[in-house]
Amino acid sequence: MTALTLTLNDSSVMLRRVLRHTTRNPATLIMSVLLPAILLLLLDFGFGGAIRIPGGDYIDYLVPGIVLMGAGYSVSATAVAVATDISEGIIDRFRTMAISRTAVLTGHVVGSLLRGLIGTALVMLIAVAVGFRPTADPLRWLGVLGLTALMLFAIAWVAAAIGLATGTPAGAAGFAGLFQILPFLSGAFVPTETMPGWLQAFTANQPMTPIASTLRALLAGESPGDTAWVAVAWCCAAALLGYLGARRAYDRRASR
Amino acid sequence: MSDPPAISVAGLRKAYGEHTVLDGVDLDVAAGSVFCLLGPNGAGKTTMVRIMTTLARADAGQVRVAGHDVAEEPDAVRAAIGVTGQFSAVDKLLTGEENLVMMGGLHRLAGAETRRRTARLLARFDLEDAARRPVATYSGGMVRRLDLAMSLIGEPRVLFLDEPTAGLDPRSRRTMWQVAGDLAAGGVTVFLTTQYLEEADELADRIALLDHGRLVAEGTPDELKRLVSGGHVSLRFPDEASLAAAVSAVGGLPADRDALTLRIPSDGSVASVKTLLGRLDEQAINVKTLSIHTPDLDDVFLALTGRAPDQAPDHGPDHGPDHTSDHGPDQEEAATP
Repeated sequence: MTALTLTLNDSSVMLRRVLRHTTRNPATLIMSVLLPAILLLLLDFGFGGAIRIPGGDYIDYLVPGIVLMGAGYSVSATAVAVATDISEGIIDRFRTMAISRTAVLTGHVVGSLLRGLIGTALVMLIAVAVGFRPTADPLRWLGVLGLTALMLFAIAWVAAAIGLATGTPAGAAGFAGLFQILPFLSGAFVPTETMPGWLQAFTANQPMTPIASTLRALLAGESPGDTAWVAVAWCCAAALLGYLGARRAYDRRASR
Repeated sequence: MSDPPAISVAGLRKAYGEHTVLDGVDLDVAAGSVFCLLGPNGAGKTTMVRIMTTLARADAGQVRVAGHDVAEEPDAVRAAIGVTGQFSAVDKLLTGEENLVMMGGLHRLAGAETRRRTARLLARFDLEDAARRPVATYSGGMVRRLDLAMSLIGEPRVLFLDEPTAGLDPRSRRTMWQVAGDLAAGGVTVFLTTQYLEEADELADRIALLDHGRLVAEGTPDELKRLVSGGHVSLRFPDEASLAAAVSAVGGLPADRDALTLRIPSDGSVASVKTLLGRLDEQAINVKTLSIHTPDLDDVFLALTGRAPDQAPDHGPDHGPDHTSDHGPDQEEAATP
């Protein structure tokens, strides 16, 4: 077997493990759908009447933000899962075996991505049930899928790095909690122009804002323009940094 | 003895910051033998295992396992070893069977071969009934047995067992011992760490005593026992006055005032014990209990390190538990505060 097929073999064993965890412990998946769904209903029915978005229904504005919320939840779940593996010692067992070095992380990342995509699809279905009417064409749907997957992939590597760096489930959950706040400090729920200037400086320039705008434009059948490239660039940068950080934390734990 | 050793360690050093954990360790383990590294908590046993199993790097020295240098060819070492650590590294959300199948997959075994070995290991470790239950529902002993089974699915040539029976019930402990013995009989080299002298005595072909990061003795169990000249009689007194009187009667041996005990060197023969008791009787000294202690590894440890083996290194020599010749790990545990 070549190095690549070995890596694929090991990663797929690890992915099967993570997927089994998800089916054994469905709470993770349910929460990643339930929390965004509750927020969707709360914001749309509770506050939606008071929030005026120029040129459209609030729910059409809101859905990309809800998708980001779900992604934020997925960071937490993945970081906790990786940290649990460390604290329970199973990563040490894997490290005494002649297997591909990052297979266990790849398994977590791909598992997190698949979980996130299922969660996103369910959240969108709930949104449609309460009045969300996307008008995207197939090509734009492909764009929505692609960007969502890329974002979930990036966020999963960041989550793996957090899980490895903290090493305890409680620490990982605390740190990853920051990612659940990020969508609120962006243009995901309300336009950044409505925020005070000092806050805008952050909210308009953090990655969640271009990602939400791009998804919103695609779902509405519009053209996102250059914002899409900003969103993709952010995702690629986060994926790369997360991957490098995770590998470094993994190696550092090995050298002790 | 012409075979190269399965494990060879030379000049091994490891420090964490200012704290030296291993301070120049040398040892060789013959292929197919059971080698036991014995030492108290904090002696550096786990650190040694972590270095030999490629989990940690040595600061200095050379470590070869199964013919490969652990620092230069870690993957070749990993392919030859199985490791069962102190803390069970099993996946609690999976079933026992799924854990074994996962390990088979990581050893790149064919599906049929994985299933064959899984079934055999489940039977061998008495886990067939629990095979399809999540590990979270297992007892501590079952988890440990599964952990060992997972280490064996790749049929390792060298097996590391880091305190494999710590906290186990006697039945699971017997199973572990049985398996370790069988593996060695089948040509597997077993490297075992333990705090239990009984365990080392029972299993090991050779024993090394590790204390403060140095090997203080190495040899067969019998060789080590020969290091101490004889056993002792341990006397326990009802009060301090009796203890003090006894100390002066037998000629000023150091006593354990907290436990109200006195150890007197003795060969354990009836005649010598009679003489001793007669002398105490003459002075009307009241003795509460007496135990006769034939030389065992406890004595070796005491003689070489000045401490009983189940004490943390920073405890003084005067707080040891009572020693009786038939003590087992259970008593050891109970005696540790």
